[in-house]
Amino acid sequence: MSDTFDRVATIIADVADIPREKITPESHAIDDLGIDSLAFLDIAFEIDKTFGIKLPLEQWTQEVNEGKVPAEQYFVLKNLCERIDGLVAEKAAKV
Amino acid sequence: MRLEYFDMIDRVVSLDRAEGRIAALATVPNESPVFEGHFPGHPLVPGVLLTETMAQASGYLLLARASFSHMPFLMGVDKARFRSFVGPGAVLEVEASLEHDGSGYAVTKAAIRAEGKPLCNAELRFKTMPFPDGLDAPMRERAARIGLLDGADAR
Repeated sequence: MSDTFDRVATIIADVADIPREKITPESHAIDDLGIDSLAFLDIAFEIDKTFGIKLPLEQWTQEVNEGKVPAEQYFVLKNLCERIDGLVAEKAAKV
Repeated sequence: MRLEYFDMIDRVVSLDRAEGRIAALATVPNESPVFEGHFPGHPLVPGVLLTETMAQASGYLLLARASFSHMPFLMGVDKARFRSFVGPGAVLEVEASLEHDGSGYAVTKAAIRAEGKPLCNAELRFKTMPFPDGLDAPMRERAARIGLLDGADAR
């Protein structure tokens, strides 16, 4: 988890030009860090490449828009990192 | 090419949906209002329109791969390089390949050659969304006109 967070925080700092020290596991990507939807797609690309996964952004967006899942579940970084770890484990289990 | 209508691709030469590759041709018109300004007495295709040409080739590739379920919208241009000049009458060989197929977005690499020589290249990012109302049919009509799916996947 902490390794995943460090890698994700570094990606966000580089892509969105946000000082690394401002990015914490409790940070909300949109509300706290001000990342807009286009920048988030750039971040998703780097995460996909770095971890060899495909973040299911369309599914997440739909779930949030339909009120099924609070946005925090995906956009607070510690939760995002948990999802990434889950996707990495899922991929490893398939190999 | 009809530059002033942003109708850049004339014909798809090859399409490999599984591998994520497309090749297309585009002939620069001999006359266009674009050349009246770019530049007076010295007509050159603007780099922004070459970028649009690479984006459209990439867009048709993404449309074909998604079987027209989603419309790609250009959201980013990275590492664009314009290596030479090109003017009226030139035949452009446009190629695009899928770099990454994300969820709700895609990344391509595209390049244009003229007379076999590299003209420009770029990495392009697209947001992919369900078709807005009314856009599906015109895009299918355009795709049919350039032969997007004719002989698709034939190498």
